[in-house]
Amino acid sequence: MPWLEGVLAVFLKDWRSEFRTRYALNAALLFAVTTLVVVSFAIGAFGISGDLLAAFLWVVILFSSMAGLGQVFIKEVESRTFMALRLVARPSEVWAGKFFFNLVLLLGLEVIIIPLFFILLNPRVSHWGGFLAVLALGSIGLAGATTLIAAIIAQAKGKGALLAGLSYPILIPLLAAATSGTRHLFHGDGGAGQEIQILAAYAVVVIAAASLLFEFIWNE
Amino acid sequence: MAAPPAQREVTLSVQTLTQRFGPNKIFESLSFEVPKGQGLVVTGPNGSGKTTLLRILSGLLRPTKGEVRLNVAGKVISPEERLRHIGFITPDLALYEELTTLENLEFFARVRRLKRTKADQHALLEKVGLKERGRDLVGTFSSGMKQRLKLAFAIQHEPMLLLLDEPGSSLDDSGRAIVEGVIAEQKKKGVLIVATNDDRELAYGEGKLALA
Repeated sequence: MPWLEGVLAVFLKDWRSEFRTRYALNAALLFAVTTLVVVSFAIGAFGISGDLLAAFLWVVILFSSMAGLGQVFIKEVESRTFMALRLVARPSEVWAGKFFFNLVLLLGLEVIIIPLFFILLNPRVSHWGGFLAVLALGSIGLAGATTLIAAIIAQAKGKGALLAGLSYPILIPLLAAATSGTRHLFHGDGGAGQEIQILAAYAVVVIAAASLLFEFIWNE
Repeated sequence: MAAPPAQREVTLSVQTLTQRFGPNKIFESLSFEVPKGQGLVVTGPNGSGKTTLLRILSGLLRPTKGEVRLNVAGKVISPEERLRHIGFITPDLALYEELTTLENLEFFARVRRLKRTKADQHALLEKVGLKERGRDLVGTFSSGMKQRLKLAFAIQHEPMLLLLDEPGSSLDDSGRAIVEGVIAEQKKKGVLIVATNDDRELAYGEGKLALA
């Protein structure tokens, strides 16, 4: 299918480029590992409640993604390749390719963050299936929203502040549901079924909104 | 590589084109035509709107007023579709420095949905004098080599309209000769050329448009 081939071409180009420059990965990983290590030292042997651990986990994921995922369009503008991409690629292929790149990058980050989080802070999980579902759906929503917002702010001045300023209001429902679901699973006080439904709906809405809006953002 | 038609029936028509950025008027009521197989050279001082005009012609920028029509065999192509039929070189455009020359061309061919073999890509690189540099990272190139690679990018899909913003910049005499040869070949195929900026580029077109 030509559309999928275009998406794959953008995805592979971004990975090849990331593999050679480590532009996004280093920024995100540095933030995640530093924060986890510093907080675990600060807490020491006292430990913290499941409520705080759930919030802390999603704060680390959120800020790591802000440090890394936003680069996907900003880098195209700063290296002046944005125009070449606009000339050759269909908007939907660009969005989907960059969304999958960000999603894989985020999941890759989580492969490092989550084991480190469990080693350093030792939370108890009552239902691993539910925990992985919250993590996966939260990541899809986070990658989708961040990719869309990164495209909006890519050509603006003061990109870093804008990305944070525009993202947080949009990400609040996702973060609330993800933190609440993770809290239930850390407490063992029931499942996270309702939160998983909210996260799934959020992911669908973000992807649908991006499909409708991206072409206008791209062509402006 | 598929052989293009000997002479394409392509013309460019611009009517009452006006561009403003806020209160600043860049140009007003610009009208001109580029007939089949011909070229137009746009001249003017810095800030007169040459690059802006080329961006409008490409379809990347919507004009404040007026219309650009790319006619192919009597049919007007939409601005969105026009993007796929133009080749554009401008100092504002760069290729991926962390990829090799061939990786760049392969990526652009895939998103342009072109069927290109390695031999096609090598032939294209030979045309712009970069045959031996296919496996080198673009970031290691001199500015003249990057300019020639941009020309390869611009003609890879056999465009109908070639927009050349300062095509001779950063080129030495041999580089200029290569670029001039490629442009002459494109004109022979019926590709319309619109170029800026210095005296050497006057040779690229029969017509001249002076912006104030």
